Amino acid sequence: MYKKILAAPFYFWIVCGTVIPLVMIMYYGFTDRTGRLTMNNVLAIFQPVHAQALGLALLLAFISTLICFLLAFPLAMILKGSSWGRKGFIVFIFVLPMWMNFLLRTMAWQVILEKGGIFNTMLQTMHLPSLNIINTPAAIVLGMVYDFLPFMVLPIYNTLMKIEPSVIEAAYDLGATKGKVLKDILLPLSVPGIASGITMVFVPSLTTFVISNILGGGKIYLIGNIIEQEFTTSANWNLGSGLSLVMMVFIVISMGAMSRLDKSGEGNFI
Amino acid sequence: MKSSLIELRNITKAFEDNVVLDDFSLTVNQNEFITLLGPSGCGKTTTLRIVGGFETPDQGRVFFEGRDITDVPPNKRHINTVFQKYALFPHMNVGQNIAFGLQISGKSDAYIRDKVKYGLKLVNLDGFERRKIESLSGGQQQRVAMARAIVNEPKVLLLDEPLGALDLKLRQDMEYELIRLKNELGITFIYVTHDQEEALTMSDKVVVMNGGYIQQMGTPEQIYNEPENAFVADFIGDSNIIDGIMMEDRVVKICDTIFPCIDEGFGTNNPVDVVIRPEDLIIGKPGEGRLDGEVTHIVFIGVHYEMEIMAGGFEWLVQNTVSYPVGTKVSLDVIPANIQIMNKPKSKEEEAINTDV
Repeated sequence: MYKKILAAPFYFWIVCGTVIPLVMIMYYGFTDRTGRLTMNNVLAIFQPVHAQALGLALLLAFISTLICFLLAFPLAMILKGSSWGRKGFIVFIFVLPMWMNFLLRTMAWQVILEKGGIFNTMLQTMHLPSLNIINTPAAIVLGMVYDFLPFMVLPIYNTLMKIEPSVIEAAYDLGATKGKVLKDILLPLSVPGIASGITMVFVPSLTTFVISNILGGGKIYLIGNIIEQEFTTSANWNLGSGLSLVMMVFIVISMGAMSRLDKSGEGNFI
Repeated sequence: MKSSLIELRNITKAFEDNVVLDDFSLTVNQNEFITLLGPSGCGKTTTLRIVGGFETPDQGRVFFEGRDITDVPPNKRHINTVFQKYALFPHMNVGQNIAFGLQISGKSDAYIRDKVKYGLKLVNLDGFERRKIESLSGGQQQRVAMARAIVNEPKVLLLDEPLGALDLKLRQDMEYELIRLKNELGITFIYVTHDQEEALTMSDKVVVMNGGYIQQMGTPEQIYNEPENAFVADFIGDSNIIDGIMMEDRVVKICDTIFPCIDEGFGTNNPVDVVIRPEDLIIGKPGEGRLDGEVTHIVFIGVHYEMEIMAGGFEWLVQNTVSYPVGTKVSLDVIPANIQIMNKPKSKEEEAINTDV
């Protein structure tokens, strides 16, 4: 009984924060403005504009997840190999930007990448042709990688640190080269961390509308932007909810696939 | 004549300011079971890791079959290790673990299959190929680790306290298993342990280490019966170590009582350490022996009783199959051959015995 009383705030939180909003989204998603049941809001995903936005969102999320992984794994390896004092410093450097507001960090990139921005000024002083990255999908990917990279590094670093040093020594002892140790020992044993990192980068990348808004110049529509607009400018909550449900299916699929790889929840660091 | 297989020459190794090995030399012969025995921090594991290639000595060289391998990485050495915590690959099954080294050396699938089977048979785990590592008990994991090392047919097998985590019964079984493997395979074993019983049971040669130095090296019998200094006597088995004075050859004074002994060459009127094993003390009626005393403590520990007897101002540890209740007046005696005389160490450096054998 006592325990139940202690748990009450959490039940309240779950009901207000998760159950009620979900029920509302479902209600709006499966009804039209007059309150009649309909599948049109969900099926609207097959309209070319929406399908393209979803496709682009999936593609960019995939690319940024891949880039994050390619950067994060070697970095986690470097972290693993460095001495304790230096390790703390590198982790600190990495986590530092996470303490700053996410919106602010993204806007900083806007300033850097602008036509007359810092990046192009630097290119000019080096007599290189200017690059117009701003308002392209490349800028969005850059923003995603920058914002979400720590979420890939930390779980991978965590699982790498959990590998017994003697297991790695045993592999060398049996004649394995560095490449073989990486391929057959380090990579397979850090799969839980990699899976956790992938979900934590892929899902927010897939659903973002802020990064695409700021760095895409409002011209590139990801599924997140479409949904946002339905809720705000178009005030069509039913269509917005319907599309959200479709996106949720993709999130659930990707999380389900990844949690199979991370059965014991080892890679979770939060 | 056995030939030397591994030679450590004047190895010095320090971790930061902590000198673990100091001018350490050791020769290991072909098909020898050699045990490095000592308390934790004595440098035994570091010695093993230097042979395995996991540590580089600060000074000195390592030779393998006469070739300098000091700078050869572990994956290029014809040496395999059984690690303290087994270090099996948790994401592979038993068969894949054992096949790991064979696949690297590019053996055919058929050969690997046979060899894995043979390895499992050798450690009494037939049919375990597809079992998961996490489903095995500690003893089984240990045996898989052994099989994984052995199938590569190394010239030398390094074992770092491999039985440490096992219970007594299993440990004894594994000890016999190891002796059998050594005899069957003709591999040289270098075994590290802090357990004197393991060392005495299995080894051809025991190297007692402390503080980065070799204290004594010899057969298990030599180490037990003729410890060269107080450290060895104290570390190997139970013993009474008493201050004595060597009156002349074959005569030693302990607790103001003259005892005949068989040691010579310790000078005259020279202070020495005297070792008497608890099982060598003879209990008699008061007046029968050389020292009279009283039983102050008694414990039954299985095979025999262990008593503490206060006699001549010293509390003697005595083992006997007959029990004497606390308070019994008794006498103690010891035959000359069971008195072991040792020089007192004059300085820290002298505690290390020169072992150019």
